Amino acid sequence: MRKESNNEPYEKEIKMLDKNGIAKRIAKEVKDGYYVNLGIGIPTLVANFVRDDISVEFQSENGVLGMGPFPFEGEEDADIINAGKQTITTLPGASFFDSATSFSMIRGKHVDLTILGAMEVAENGDIANWKIPGKMVKGMGGAMDLVSSAEDIIVAMMHTNRAGESKLLKRCTLPLTGVKCVKKIVTNLAVLEIGPEGFILLERAPGVSVEEIKQATEGTLIVSGDIPEMKLD
Amino acid sequence: MIRKTVSNVSEALAGVQDGMTFMLGGFGLCGIPEKAIEELVRLGIKDITCISNNAGVDDFGLGLLLQKRQIKKMISSYVGENDEFERQMLSGELEVELTPQGTLAEKCRAAQGGFPAFFTPAGYGTEVAEGKETREFNGKMYVLEEAFKADFSFVKAWKGDEAGNLIFKGTARNFNPVMCGAAKITVAEVEELVPAGSLDPNQIHVPGIFVQRIFKGEGYEKRIEQRTVRKRN
Repeated sequence: MRKESNNEPYEKEIKMLDKNGIAKRIAKEVKDGYYVNLGIGIPTLVANFVRDDISVEFQSENGVLGMGPFPFEGEEDADIINAGKQTITTLPGASFFDSATSFSMIRGKHVDLTILGAMEVAENGDIANWKIPGKMVKGMGGAMDLVSSAEDIIVAMMHTNRAGESKLLKRCTLPLTGVKCVKKIVTNLAVLEIGPEGFILLERAPGVSVEEIKQATEGTLIVSGDIPEMKLD
Repeated sequence: MIRKTVSNVSEALAGVQDGMTFMLGGFGLCGIPEKAIEELVRLGIKDITCISNNAGVDDFGLGLLLQKRQIKKMISSYVGENDEFERQMLSGELEVELTPQGTLAEKCRAAQGGFPAFFTPAGYGTEVAEGKETREFNGKMYVLEEAFKADFSFVKAWKGDEAGNLIFKGTARNFNPVMCGAAKITVAEVEELVPAGSLDPNQIHVPGIFVQRIFKGEGYEKRIEQRTVRKRN
């Protein structure tokens, strides 16, 4: 039975996506036949929203291709984890391999799409996500290898940091992870593409205005014509 | 058959000295050489340089050596899970060389395979490339990275035989195979040690030529870092 329009006011109120919303939007970028590397955090959630009528294999750089969901309680295996050190399972057709082979898949451009998080992205495609000098040094893990080689890189992140400052900048202020490598960014407010002159606004999150996106973007924002709302389903 | 078996961990670690450089396999706590680490703690070897993707957690893995201040320098790609590590690094007590994960693996493989150095795109334009030679190939920039030099490699495998042949399980493989034969002496610890001829030569991951000493470790803890599960419906 079709629902009446009484849920419309609720939909209008949706402003900004949550982490699952971002993951849901990015999942639409994953195409049939893709090998995909998912970073830690929001990118990991993308796997939950990929259409089940397409064939996709997830690679984890610690040495597994064909990653499946988390194991059932009691079936965890300390020897089978993902790059986030979480216990996982494998799907039919999966394989295990050593770290050098894993990065041959990445460096050799055999992985089709990389989805990762960021602290800052600059309008020329630079990305910073591994270090805050004097405060936090976790390391780059596989991020530098991934961003320097991937054919297609999508950044999943919040548009602003906890202090409300824009994470989409003219120039990154933090130590770089890679230069001119980001292609697309999906935030809680918008979908953007890196163009020759800055961030090209492609889509707005449901209920978010172009003006609000402008306010939250420090780098050059290019808006041309009507900007459609994201479609999540 | 050239026999590689030694009777226990202390025989396996004969010759380790203060100030040496060690490679240690593992990703997070998965596939780490638990027994070699315990023995290094017991021996109180100091001023160690460790080449290891991660630094363990506060009370397990390399964290045990950090607690005792036995490590002078860490060469890793990601160290985010260890508070004591971060404290020692930020206070300057511990020297840290953060290296992209794929580069770390390849610096091991280069040492194993007799390459003095190689070009990689990872880290170009970032502080990782500072002071290193860069070169353009086919319109893309690359960084020259040198092979590691180490005194001992400590690796952990699932099964091994008297000839030093190794088989790994799941993602516990990770850095272990590329560290075999990458140091002057490779010490392999295994969960199951079998007579030569018991393993199918078609299934060997690391041929025994890369291993100098092999022993059976007793009572592996195999701690899980992030226990993630799903509920049964």
